[in-house]
Amino acid sequence: MTVDQRARSLGVHLVLIAYSLLAVGPILLVVMNSFKARSAIFGAPLALPDASTFSLIGYQKVLRASNILTYFSNSLIVTLVSMALVLLFGAMAAWALTEYRFRGSTALALFLSIGIMVPIRLGSVEILNMMRSANLNDTLTGLILIYVAQGLPMSIFILSEFIQQIPSDLRDAARCDGVPETRIFLEIVAPLLRPAIATVAVFTVVPIWNDLWFPLILTSSDSTHTVTLGVQQFLGQYITDWNSVLAALSMAILPVVAIYVILSRQLIAGLTSGAVK
Amino acid sequence: MANLRIENLNKRYGTLAVLSDVNLTIEDGEFVVLVGPSGCGKSTLLRMIAGLDGASGGDIHIADKLVNTFPPAKRGIAMVFQSYALYPHMNVRKNMTFGLKFTGVPPAERERRVTEAARMLRLEELLHRHPRDLSGGQRQRVAIGRAIVREPAVFLFDEPLSNLDAALRVSTRVEIANLHRMLKATIVYVTHDQVEAMTLADRIVVMNKGRIEQVGKPLDLYYAPANLFVAGFVGSPAMNFFAAKVESVEGGGARVVGPGFCSLDLPATSLKVGDPVTVGVRPEHLGREAEGPFAAEGVVEHVERLGESSFAYVRRPDDRLFVAEVRGRLTPMPGERTRLIAAARDVHVFDASGRRVSAHTSS
Repeated sequence: MTVDQRARSLGVHLVLIAYSLLAVGPILLVVMNSFKARSAIFGAPLALPDASTFSLIGYQKVLRASNILTYFSNSLIVTLVSMALVLLFGAMAAWALTEYRFRGSTALALFLSIGIMVPIRLGSVEILNMMRSANLNDTLTGLILIYVAQGLPMSIFILSEFIQQIPSDLRDAARCDGVPETRIFLEIVAPLLRPAIATVAVFTVVPIWNDLWFPLILTSSDSTHTVTLGVQQFLGQYITDWNSVLAALSMAILPVVAIYVILSRQLIAGLTSGAVK
Repeated sequence: MANLRIENLNKRYGTLAVLSDVNLTIEDGEFVVLVGPSGCGKSTLLRMIAGLDGASGGDIHIADKLVNTFPPAKRGIAMVFQSYALYPHMNVRKNMTFGLKFTGVPPAERERRVTEAARMLRLEELLHRHPRDLSGGQRQRVAIGRAIVREPAVFLFDEPLSNLDAALRVSTRVEIANLHRMLKATIVYVTHDQVEAMTLADRIVVMNKGRIEQVGKPLDLYYAPANLFVAGFVGSPAMNFFAAKVESVEGGGARVVGPGFCSLDLPATSLKVGDPVTVGVRPEHLGREAEGPFAAEGVVEHVERLGESSFAYVRRPDDRLFVAEVRGRLTPMPGERTRLIAAARDVHVFDASGRRVSAHTSS
């Protein structure tokens, strides 16, 4: 490496490090302060917790005083079930729309692409009415249905692009081999879609986990609250319990990080599997 | 193993006819090669035999069974694709057995077939590898192995060698020929490479614009092309054509003259005085010391030296080029005037509609 190259790579790294600090900073602040006593949060918000300021009071309060575990399990159920359904139906629809020509397939693809352009929240009032009349308000099922509808258009769009890149010879070969259509999809197309599926999963999971809007308008009882909504109970108009808020938020970060780590590994495995030729 | 019969097969996309009235009968155990320029419909025909593309009209019989409505798996065929189309996430063994699971072959039988195919194709060492860890030639052998284990009535090959480099293509060609001898299989093989066609085929089907131009043994196509298209397509470099007219018909013979060559006497034909004809002579049949009724003169313009022989591009009196293959160490020099002669049996005459008129005489 010449001096010039080294200088350039140093510059690039400096920029990247600065950007990472900017992105990670607020999260670090939240996590850091969640381990501090209330006075220390306000006294020295940028300081690391030390022996005198360290306190688990926030976590204790959250775990003791609220239904945080219920919220967590609600969020997990909603997110994971929605993700599974979006991936399954998304891949199946993408396969059908790219592989088979049938009456109305183009119209259907166009209709689905509208779902990408129009945000689902525009229909909040109608959705609320529908959920009421279907007796699905204040249920996790209701939330899951909305999130599946929200995630499907984009996942179909992305997966269609990937499916088109799978050589048609592979499907033809499988057909000559006598592999039934469902098995072609499940055992040949789906494994080759792994990197795309990981991408779509990340795209789907993060907004669902972080969503506040639909739990807010659809769930009223404590037993159906999600984490993001549950945290709101520590935020008051006059008093905010910062220890609990920060502790709950820190805990809420963990599952998303876990899912991301798992999926990014899948992503790398998919990329290196050397799909064709 | 079985025969294959195609009757009046048609394929249209809208108003565009891709295949028109194709009739072809392939005997049990025969190796038939479909050749033609790209877009001639040869791959479409193969895909229709496989059942991957539907027909717009006509019948396909495999082993005397009408298979028009059968899906590919039920037709008793196995196809080898140009891109190999190996399942990338499965190892070699799985690639070969995957399809068998769905056609009701019991595990012990699957194992026997894979072992047998692997032995035949020298794949034993590779059974646990993934396609990405194999070379092009190895992948092609796996693709062939996957076809063999299906024990099909008819093997379909779609340009299987065109992704291989030249040396590998030659050795794989020999392997396919050996395989055909061992399996005694009925094979339909699509290629645009005439060398593959000539060396592998029992019979060659030359296609052009969705029609069959000629079906015949390789040497028949070479020595007695039925029409101008086949004459121009088979052989490399291509046959030289000279426009000509029938000057006189006398005593059962016809004298043909043209601007590019000296006169030529033909045996009895149905030609009449004044008929326009095309005279064709292959470069390799033109020689400076040969004897025969056909002679063409011109100035050597360019010479390609291949070692074993040279190709001389000669400017004719009518200002067009023709090619002659000159054997031996003494190559013509550019600028040299030369006179090239061909024997009667090597001269092909085609009438105005492009059909061959001169019979292949035995002299």
